[in-house]
Amino acid sequence: MVTMWWTEEATARLSLPPELVGVATIAVLGAAGFFLFPEDLAFLTRLIGITFLVLSLDLVTGYCGVATLGQAALFGVGAYAAGNACIAGVTDPCALLAVGAAGSALAGLLSGALITRFRGLPQLVISIAFSQLVTALSNKLSSVTGGSDGLSGIVPAPILRTFSFDMYSRTAFVFSVVVLAIALAFLMRFVRSPFGLLCRGIKDDDLRAQMIGAAVYPRLIVMYGVSGAVAGVGGALTAITTGVVGLDSVGFERSAEALVMLVLGGAGNLWGALTGAIIFQLFEHIVSATNPFHWMTLVGLLLILIVVFAPRGMFYGASVAWSKMRPQRWLR
Amino acid sequence: MTLLLGLHDVSKSFGGLHVNRDVSFDLVSGDRVALIGPNGAGKTTLVNIISGDLTPSYGRITFEGEDITGLSIAHRAHRGLVRTFQITRLFSTLTATENVALAVMQRKGMTRRFLSVAGSSSDVRSECQELLQTLGIGHLAGLRVSELAYGQQRLLEMAIGLALRPKVLLLDEPAAGVPHDEAPKILEAIERLPPDIAVLMIEHDMDLVFRFAKRVLVLANGKLIFEGTPSAVTADEEVRRAYLGSYADARRPT
Amino acid sequence: MRTIFSIGIDAVAYGMVLFTISIGLSIMMGLMRVVNLAHGAFAMIGGYLASYALRSMGTNYAVAIVVAVGGTILISAPLELLLYRRIYRKSDALAQLLLTIGITFFIIGVANFIFGPTLKSIPLPAVLSGPLDIGFRMIPTHRVFVIACGGVIVLALWYLLDRTEFGVRLRATVDNSDMAESLGIQTELIYSATFALAVGLGAFGGVIGAEILPIEPFYALRYMVVFLVVVSVGGAGSILGALSASLLLGLADTTGKYLAPEFGEFFFYLAVILIVFLFPHGLFGRAH
Repeated sequence: MVTMWWTEEATARLSLPPELVGVATIAVLGAAGFFLFPEDLAFLTRLIGITFLVLSLDLVTGYCGVATLGQAALFGVGAYAAGNACIAGVTDPCALLAVGAAGSALAGLLSGALITRFRGLPQLVISIAFSQLVTALSNKLSSVTGGSDGLSGIVPAPILRTFSFDMYSRTAFVFSVVVLAIALAFLMRFVRSPFGLLCRGIKDDDLRAQMIGAAVYPRLIVMYGVSGAVAGVGGALTAITTGVVGLDSVGFERSAEALVMLVLGGAGNLWGALTGAIIFQLFEHIVSATNPFHWMTLVGLLLILIVVFAPRGMFYGASVAWSKMRPQRWLR
Repeated sequence: MTLLLGLHDVSKSFGGLHVNRDVSFDLVSGDRVALIGPNGAGKTTLVNIISGDLTPSYGRITFEGEDITGLSIAHRAHRGLVRTFQITRLFSTLTATENVALAVMQRKGMTRRFLSVAGSSSDVRSECQELLQTLGIGHLAGLRVSELAYGQQRLLEMAIGLALRPKVLLLDEPAAGVPHDEAPKILEAIERLPPDIAVLMIEHDMDLVFRFAKRVLVLANGKLIFEGTPSAVTADEEVRRAYLGSYADARRPT
Repeated sequence: MRTIFSIGIDAVAYGMVLFTISIGLSIMMGLMRVVNLAHGAFAMIGGYLASYALRSMGTNYAVAIVVAVGGTILISAPLELLLYRRIYRKSDALAQLLLTIGITFFIIGVANFIFGPTLKSIPLPAVLSGPLDIGFRMIPTHRVFVIACGGVIVLALWYLLDRTEFGVRLRATVDNSDMAESLGIQTELIYSATFALAVGLGAFGGVIGAEILPIEPFYALRYMVVFLVVVSVGGAGSILGALSASLLLGLADTTGKYLAPEFGEFFFYLAVILIVFLFPHGLFGRAH
């Protein structure tokens, strides 16, 4: 009954660390995007930004079992932080990423303290309330956020002082791919760490975790901080590469979408988040160009089908069919 | 013999229902104590109070001399006050090794680390292997919890408990629900528990009580009505009254 | 310049609409332990059916309400049988979330397909439109109607749950469904009946509240948050809880919008977080 993702197969067979496989995969996908779709690089760059959001959601939902509809708020905070920093004069893109990550990490710690305090309905409602709070605040503080018009005029300096952002989004895309690869490598390492393993244990049974001496609440808050940082990098990336930040970045519709993408791919291992985000956004780009409401109907249907037939995500279901039955090898 | 655990007039009520009343006793190192009593006597509630799952309505609990009545479950476990559950609680999606490893790493304070890989420390790996071997489930190391038989899961739970290097171990009906052919392994495991730790065991099975316990505590209607040797238990009038003969397999000592 | 009185009436009317719609959600949460994010969608369907009946079929208001409530129950029945039954009493929050969001998205898409994206009004009959003179003030008749409906529902539900056979069985099943089954109570039937009751009330609320919560495809998501908040603040399964939470939140929202409109819903949601933090099971709820 144990399933391995093809990457884990590759890792096991070739004894490659998963981080390397992750970076290699991103590199391949990035190259494919760059050379096959040179006209759509702006869209692909935005796609990568949202992928960060989905990855950050996987950390709290897939690895910690938190049911939340408030993750996009963290993404938005990073975007606004980076946007404002840029307008204020900090134009180095890497510094802006750091600003976004830091801002969202703080917001993540705060929202984690609120959201992980309870489980079930209270948790869900607090996450939504937090998201609506941030939305309302973003609307009100229009000097900082541009209100409903959004923040614009974000003009970043050339990366590493050499690569300036071009009109065709080539620099932006390559930059995003590189950042994603680095982030993914870090995350793959992070989830395999003792801390990551404990979080998975907490998701399984938080009382059991307490019984081995682990204080659950502080751990979850820390995880939320990391998740915030990841979302913040995505937000900052989006702000830098598109030059604008809109109110929809923080709304709970955005959070719901991210959750759909995560579940599509399968929560609880980063590959699901990655594939779900990419596939979903590709399809959305194609289908909703025609009629956005048809898109909603399809997504709704898809969600229903997933819950009924493939609760661990479509790609988990597919890989169950592929892989052989083999005991999980943790110690090699 | 060091005094490890002390209960002082511990009482617990839920609304108007008094579940535990003025329970006081001590555990010293090396103790092997069985807590018995008719159903509904309040045994599990008492263990819950000791482990921290419940707070007492009245009374104190001390551990190595310090008052731990207000301490959280995690803190108590950290100090060496460990319990197992009557209905097994394990990390269901993780493997046997991972379950034990988490306990080992938590004890060593390694679970804060976020950049090293969880399997990389050879100390941790060998300790896990050792623990699983001691309990006779070393060959199941790589299997997920869902793939283990119930008896093996109980053994795993004991392995986790031992991984924490407890000073006091609370076993809540360790053999409960275990099929007949798997029970001997559990009994062996209990026999092989480190001699210097104190073990408090809730049990219904009098065979086990006679086999392992040096002392017996009898709880009835929430009160401690007897404290003494196993052989004296069956002779005690109050105990017999409390049970009203409901223990069919209570043995007379020879 | 609005008087406190008229703001108060608006707040109470809004609260009563919230109550009428949310009480169904609260009952479902209390009994079947399902967080039904599609509840707003069912209220919306009620609104659409009433609007269609009144404007395209030319029926009168009362008949439109019957069509709305009955129609919504009929539409939701297969969903209950095929989908909701799978998630009753299971504590997997994520599965419930996803299934019910999926149903909501689906319904929104279909609603737009059939009715288009514009607002659909539900024209009030002459007797309910216009102001009502209560002696010292003039109040919109519709507000009075809504408040009266809310009051009737509170009494009717109380009677149903406290005094009837069905109510006894329902409460037994809430407390301990295994025990109830072994006593011969057909829990499946209770669940279906309760589901229908919840959906029916939601649809009714959607119809009478259309002046305050206008009917358009995104209704299902837009107000769902508020309904969730009502249930969570009031406590799942509690009539008194849902009523107090609805009125409280109605008041908070209306006054908030009047006093500090640029802040939008900031203070409202701040209050929500505070209340849920202090009372995670709601003001009148029980821990599960």
